[in-house]
Amino acid sequence: MRAGITVFPGINRERDMAIALERVAGAPPRMLWHRETDLSGLDLIVIPGGFSFGDYLRAGAMAAHSPIMGAIRAHAERGGYVLGACNGFQILTEAGLLPGALLRNASLRFLAMDCHLRVERADTAFTGHYQRGAVFRAPLAHGEGNYFADDATLDRLEGEGLVAFRYATADGRIAPEANRNGSARAIAGIFSPNLRVLGLMPHAEDLVDPVVGGTDGLPLFQGLAAALAA
Amino acid sequence: MKAIVTVMPKPGVLDPQGKAIGRALAHLGFTDVGEVRAGKVIEVELASSDPDAARRTAEAMAEKLLANTVIERFSVEIA
Repeated sequence: MRAGITVFPGINRERDMAIALERVAGAPPRMLWHRETDLSGLDLIVIPGGFSFGDYLRAGAMAAHSPIMGAIRAHAERGGYVLGACNGFQILTEAGLLPGALLRNASLRFLAMDCHLRVERADTAFTGHYQRGAVFRAPLAHGEGNYFADDATLDRLEGEGLVAFRYATADGRIAPEANRNGSARAIAGIFSPNLRVLGLMPHAEDLVDPVVGGTDGLPLFQGLAAALAA
Repeated sequence: MKAIVTVMPKPGVLDPQGKAIGRALAHLGFTDVGEVRAGKVIEVELASSDPDAARRTAEAMAEKLLANTVIERFSVEIA
């Protein structure tokens, strides 16, 4: 797996993401400054979390128009893999690579805590090392994670099996108390129609080492490495 | 000329900020407060001296960047 991580001014999760990717790929990912447009040789582009461009205007709005995003759009259109986590998910929706938008958390509070995610399908490159219906723990840290789309879009996402993860209780129930940011239909992550672009709000990359309290997020990266093994 | 672009959350899109402002107004004793919606106003100076051209430019700016039309709607005033 040859992975690259986009680096925008104001992001802060790129090194966590690099640790997770190197752990499964055996080689460090390439860091891609946002003015770069050459993604040749890369299978997976990861847009990490943080506060690109200070979240000015809307979270992800400025980064969505960076030079590198044109190259990422072309990469996705060629069938390349893209993972956007947290601010990366916001950037993917602002760029129109995934539908919907991430609104201010319903509580208006910035949330920094662990949540539980239920795996909605396991037959994808991102989720192949989880079981369908499995629940795993992931840290979340965001002010705008409240997934919104109109009802027709939500129905289409569900109908086409494009919901990747939902916020759930530790025993896998969908419940308001588990959906802390108020996301529509408890959606925490979605796929593109070809299942090669994934956006998710929580930080699976921050639970890949027992030293920091768990490895719940590791299967996501192991699955990617297995699926994209050259 | 100046384009004044007003961006507001679409009807039906949850606006927790507006709700919080509404609650704060009620706490301050403004008892006749109904729904409150919070948006933003962006002023853009334009070199154009043609109001119609300025409006078209500002609308294109709003479509592409200033508003996210999934969740927001906008209006443009030329001054």
